[in-house]
Amino acid sequence: MSDMILEAPHAGAMPDSAEDPIAAATAVLKQRFPDHIQDETRDGYEGIVVHPDKVVQVSQALRDELGFNYLSSITGVDLIEENKLELVYHTYSINQGGPALVMKVQVDRDNPVLPSLVPVWPGAEYQEREAYDLFGFQFEGHPDLRRILTWDGFHGHPMRKDWKEPFFEEDNKPFGSRWPGGEVSRAEEKNPFGKNVQYPAGWVPTLEEPEAETDSYAGITYTREQSTGLKTDKVTINMGPQHPSTHGVFRMALTLDGETIVGLKPVMGYLHRNHEKIGERNTFIQNIPYTDRLDYISSMSNNHGYVLAVEKLMGVDVPERAEWIRILMVELTRIVNHLWAVGFLLNDLGALQTPMLYFYIERELILDLFESTSGSRMMCNYMRFGGLAYDLPEDVRGTPIMKFLHDLIYDRLPRALEQGDVLMTGNEIVRARGIGVGYLSAEDAIAYSTAGPVLRASGVQYDVRRAQPYSYYEHLDFDVAVRYNGDIYDRYLIRLDEMQQSLRILQQVLPHLQETEGSSIISGKPQYAIRMPRAGESYGRVENPKGELGYYVTAKRRDANPARYHVRSPSFINLTALEKMSLGHKVADVVAILGSIDIVLGEVDR
Amino acid sequence: MYGLGILKGMAVTFKHFVATYMDDIFWASRGGRYYNDEALAVRQSLEGRGVITVFYPEEKLPVPERFRFVPFLVTDEPAPGQKWGHEWCTSCGICAKACPPQCIWIKRGTQPNGRPKPEPEEFYIDIDICMNCGLCAEFCPFDAIKMDHDYELASYDRTTAHIHDKERLSKPISYWREIAPRKAEAEAAARDFAQESKQKKKGKRGEGSDEPEARLEEMKARQLIYKGELY
Amino acid sequence: MTTTNAGAASPDIAVPDEVQNNVVITNLAKLLDPIYNWSRRNSLWPLGFGLACCAIEMICTASSRFDLSRFGMEVFRASPRQADLMIVSGTVTKKMVPIIVRLYNQIAEPRYVVSMGACASGGGPFKEGYNVVDGVDKFIPVDVYIPGCPPTPQALINGLIALQEKIDQQSIATVPWYRKNDPTAEMIPVPRLGPDLYDMRQVDIIKKEAVKSEAVTEAS
Repeated sequence: MSDMILEAPHAGAMPDSAEDPIAAATAVLKQRFPDHIQDETRDGYEGIVVHPDKVVQVSQALRDELGFNYLSSITGVDLIEENKLELVYHTYSINQGGPALVMKVQVDRDNPVLPSLVPVWPGAEYQEREAYDLFGFQFEGHPDLRRILTWDGFHGHPMRKDWKEPFFEEDNKPFGSRWPGGEVSRAEEKNPFGKNVQYPAGWVPTLEEPEAETDSYAGITYTREQSTGLKTDKVTINMGPQHPSTHGVFRMALTLDGETIVGLKPVMGYLHRNHEKIGERNTFIQNIPYTDRLDYISSMSNNHGYVLAVEKLMGVDVPERAEWIRILMVELTRIVNHLWAVGFLLNDLGALQTPMLYFYIERELILDLFESTSGSRMMCNYMRFGGLAYDLPEDVRGTPIMKFLHDLIYDRLPRALEQGDVLMTGNEIVRARGIGVGYLSAEDAIAYSTAGPVLRASGVQYDVRRAQPYSYYEHLDFDVAVRYNGDIYDRYLIRLDEMQQSLRILQQVLPHLQETEGSSIISGKPQYAIRMPRAGESYGRVENPKGELGYYVTAKRRDANPARYHVRSPSFINLTALEKMSLGHKVADVVAILGSIDIVLGEVDR
Repeated sequence: MYGLGILKGMAVTFKHFVATYMDDIFWASRGGRYYNDEALAVRQSLEGRGVITVFYPEEKLPVPERFRFVPFLVTDEPAPGQKWGHEWCTSCGICAKACPPQCIWIKRGTQPNGRPKPEPEEFYIDIDICMNCGLCAEFCPFDAIKMDHDYELASYDRTTAHIHDKERLSKPISYWREIAPRKAEAEAAARDFAQESKQKKKGKRGEGSDEPEARLEEMKARQLIYKGELY
Repeated sequence: MTTTNAGAASPDIAVPDEVQNNVVITNLAKLLDPIYNWSRRNSLWPLGFGLACCAIEMICTASSRFDLSRFGMEVFRASPRQADLMIVSGTVTKKMVPIIVRLYNQIAEPRYVVSMGACASGGGPFKEGYNVVDGVDKFIPVDVYIPGCPPTPQALINGLIALQEKIDQQSIATVPWYRKNDPTAEMIPVPRLGPDLYDMRQVDIIKKEAVKSEAVTEAS
């Protein structure tokens, strides 16, 4: 096995006082900006409301003085009743861990102008573009404020509450037309165009609209420089969305000097499936199967984050057995995901398919367990608020469940990981292509809001399971894997390390499963129609295999649907650092760098 | 030595190469490696070595009881000469309300006097929208809608074939017992239990002492299905 | 034997009397069909083209457990020029559909399209979304639809076998790609992205609707 480098978390500037760091930081900020910071007054909401004029100054103070140096997520919210738009920033302290300091900024809905935070946190770039695209926020000082998920020329800002899509039926599900007088019809039959389209009144095609391509290159300038010696042109080339190694429908516009990358802009939205818009129409439980389809390789983890967020809001407890099974499933998912990611990374590095095919054999075995337990190989839809949908099955392909789990965790998977390690880790080609390529420093990793293996491979020991433990992770003994070189090779190694740690966790979970056998797996009666007992907001975050997966859910009292539902997706935000990692490397390396970030397009574009 | 890492890796692939033939030799005297149910079961378990391929369509990988594809409606055993019997569905609409992508349409039946009849007049599922999540089957209080195991549904046309109507959806209870025997048994036990306690409740009306207890028992029995304890 | 039976020959070409009796040609087509179909059905090279969740199951189908190479389909080509089969595996979004149509146009004939999963067939659970196309068959012709969300690898193979059966029914004499001026063999106009996706074949309807909607806004 590759040698593990594990250290105790950075001590940092940890104040030894027992006081709440959030309250302390809030007090300091209020003292500094007395006229620009208000307390959040809405019932069930937390954080501070900052006046738009001082957002940048407050952020700088948070980052430099108060230790909240990690901007995790930016969420736009449409407060249509108050005619306001709100941005919610979740900031964390990397050194101390703990919960988020939530900062909110409210702007006028008709003129939503506020300063951009990109100068403070470069990781805000794509998140702000998303907020501009879907809500219409105007960020002053943003280097490249263009649409990101929809296309240039799209009409309106779709996440606003008063924006309706062509197949709009009702604001909330369930739709009245389904029962009791359910006349079946396809939605397109009611549309004059027979398709899922609508156009602004009076719009006619001039046939001069730019084709999809042109706007993609807008962020990149084509320059011709007179350099010393050889006269070279910089050329812009396109890569994707149909490309075998962009891991789906991801697209990049690259500017090259020779073969060296001097500029890179990702183009996204080719799998933008309107997860959030649909999610706000769904009832709470209806969102669970949709979360499966975010990061479709690790659906169990997605379920977990979402149910945590809603459980917090509902205030329900989870029985012991359900928690252990959740950890079992989530850690197996981590292994599944890393097997997939490492297989594809090696594929991108030129080890065509062999390691990938070996890893998939093990993945299939874990999928067998998922299928026997939840009914589906990939779209598990397994967790419920307050527990699980089903208990573990009696057997998996004829093997009794406990024997299956034991053999899998103690025998089969360790052997497979060992084999994978021997197969590729020492391979000279992998080392030559991986070491020193795609470097991301620890400071940059934090500044660019990266999460998960990308962050930890840069030497930042931050893992949500330790920083803000959820479920039973505080009772489990495991190390947060960390590597210090921040290159492709370390991002490969850290995934192997994490799989080893997952196995350690799984070995601790097994006895608990045996102990709790036969006890309840859900608290209360399973319900399909949940009315939220209280109003408020909730942010549930878990350490997804790809990084911090967060769900921001708000609801009104007695409502059956979330008022706002936002996903902080690690794949999407990790991509912010792609340009930083790729500059100065060759075109062939960008494929491997992308592979080492490990993205899933369902989560990038949502 | 430079190149040692590559050689080590190639040793792994060579081991796999050998393992495939070892497996062939092992099964040669035991009825052959392929098209042999016994060999398939071993090949697909944690013991599988070498080639693990399932030779679909000649061999099929068995699906577990909880497997879910598109839903179907449960009916009574059909009378001789008929395809299905009386629908269990009472047209309560819970599945249509729980369905995340809203792919279920139910037209509730009406009695001659205009009052609603507890059975569906029409029942449609658009399988081009269905996400196979199983929430309809999970929350149906009458065990009337279940997730089918038949995944071989490829078609050349979707305009007519992909909206399943009542006729297409209905399948007798014996079919469900066949594809999910343990689950079907557990559900039947829970139904019987609920029936019994209901009758007990009726008999003991007036005394009232056992009533909450009976209700608790019934709830427990329903819970057991979710917990999977009964199967 | 009359001229209309003259195999692949176009009926409006006058056939001279001396070759009226071209029984040989007709039979040759019939003789060739099984060979032609057999060779095509067993070497369908799919386009290495994944859209969403279903692509993962497609990759699983190609990997060891289900092994598409048993059907001669393991060669996933990255370039449409080398592919015969397009497995539309996943949700087709409006932003993506111009690219899909362009890829389809670039595939050399004979070409086949399999719509894998509910999303590709009819929008699936995401149908109500504003950026989702309600069925790839609104833009390109589809040969086989495979329901399921996602279809399991075995369901996908079942669909591919259905496609092979469809290929078996074809005749070299009637397939569109050897006929002149067959409308089904023409290039499909690439849809464009304006304020919403628009199909170049629908420009007339859009113009008509625009007049109507303007009248409505003026009246109100």
